[in-house]
Amino acid sequence: MATAYDIATKPAEPKQGNSVPFVAVENVYKSFAGHKVLSGVTLRVNQGETLAVLGRSGTGKSVLLRLIIGLATPDSGTVCIRGQNIAGLALDRMGEIRKKMGFLFQQAALYDSLTIRENVAFPLEHHRRDMSKSERDDRVRQLLAEVGLEGALNKMPSDISGGMQKRVGLARALALEPEILLLDEPTAGLDPISSGEIDELILKLQRERRMASIVVTHDLHSAKTIAGRLALLNEGNVVIEGTFERLQQSDIGFVKEFLQQS
Amino acid sequence: MRRTDLVSSVASPATSLFNGFFEWFGELGIFSWRVLRAAVTAPYEGRELIRQLDEVGSKSLPLVAMAGAAIGVIISLEARYSLTRFGAKSMFPATLVYSVVQVMGPVITGLVVSGRVGAGMGAELASMKVTEQIDAIEASAINPYRLLAATRILACILMLPLLTLATDACALLTGYFAQALVEPLSFHQFISSGFNGATFNAFLPQTFKTAVYGLIIGLIACFQGMRTRGGAAGVGRAATNSVVLASLFLILADVVMVKFILVFFP
Repeated sequence: MATAYDIATKPAEPKQGNSVPFVAVENVYKSFAGHKVLSGVTLRVNQGETLAVLGRSGTGKSVLLRLIIGLATPDSGTVCIRGQNIAGLALDRMGEIRKKMGFLFQQAALYDSLTIRENVAFPLEHHRRDMSKSERDDRVRQLLAEVGLEGALNKMPSDISGGMQKRVGLARALALEPEILLLDEPTAGLDPISSGEIDELILKLQRERRMASIVVTHDLHSAKTIAGRLALLNEGNVVIEGTFERLQQSDIGFVKEFLQQS
Repeated sequence: MRRTDLVSSVASPATSLFNGFFEWFGELGIFSWRVLRAAVTAPYEGRELIRQLDEVGSKSLPLVAMAGAAIGVIISLEARYSLTRFGAKSMFPATLVYSVVQVMGPVITGLVVSGRVGAGMGAELASMKVTEQIDAIEASAINPYRLLAATRILACILMLPLLTLATDACALLTGYFAQALVEPLSFHQFISSGFNGATFNAFLPQTFKTAVYGLIIGLIACFQGMRTRGGAAGVGRAATNSVVLASLFLILADVVMVKFILVFFP
């Protein structure tokens, strides 16, 4: 029988043929101050695939994303990125893995003392030191144009709306050309039109860049628009996983209730 | 109240205080190790270090200069009065020089910088922590211990001795002028009499010990800021704790360093 030490140190065995999933979350438990948030979550995301993680507020959806990018560590279970167990990796080693990941925070988490241009340029300045200043500026303009904000270059984050801040956060997350995007409630707190625009933007990025995404949301409409596969979390565990049609056909009481209320 | 209830009602808070005390030092130790490891490994954050040198050094200069000037006048007034009473007025320049350079200059600089820089750093980092900006730095594959903490701590270590020299210079100048206004005394005479027989051992260790003050101020402020929890109230607590703890540890460290200097640099 595997001990907790084995679980925490051994890379998870890929189970889908010979292909290693980009992200593999295996039997993950996480508690905060005795309160169990995740209890045995298992999820996999392959290259180029989009998974939406749905659930009520406080069911550990954001915690799951933080575990995947290494901002939190699981109490037990493994989180593997391209087959590499990220538990206990030193910050600099973890940094190499994070360069392949883009993260959009729920509140955008823009650097409030920097302009929009500086926010988007921030990862490039630190990781693309081979780029000249003009190349970097061109790249920042191109990224902001992709999210429809080329006119806001010199504004401060406090001068733009919540929806615009999320777009800037998205541009920053895309700066290092990640292979996977982790989006934490990309449409939360936005009006329906802004939400639709963010969804369109995510779809456009998926089409053009063919990157994998994990989208955490409680917005069912947004989830079925942008994701091919949905996972519904309840009481720290995945209740059902599959296409929207599979969720619709489910007999599970919580799934029916969630779909009716959404 | 039963006796066991009484014992547990007293013992429980004491145990939690005891645990909290050691937990704080344990976390500080881990934090220090992470910062040290990040500081000595590439890539180095030169541009951020220069920004912090400006933030800690140039922007603190007017404040420490004013504090030094005030201290110079106070010591001058007090010393003249006391020395006159004991018939030792000729000792005035040496008393002023030694009081300022050996005792007051370093401590006043440390406390002033602890108030300005410690509170500023603590609040800035705490605000970044509660708004997930530090997480965003980490998610962008940048080591926050290197970018935010190591640069700030190093800037404090490098700038404190220089700021102390500025405080000393201002204190000696205003101390001299305060004396010269009452009794004619040439600046040349004041300096030559004040530094008569002085050795490097008398002044250099006292000035360079402020690098340790810088380490304390930077380390405590960064630690308190980066471990903040709890929104605006947490930010306020981090700023207050940064100043209070840095000032307290600075004074305690001074006690140890004064003894050390007296033994090794007699």
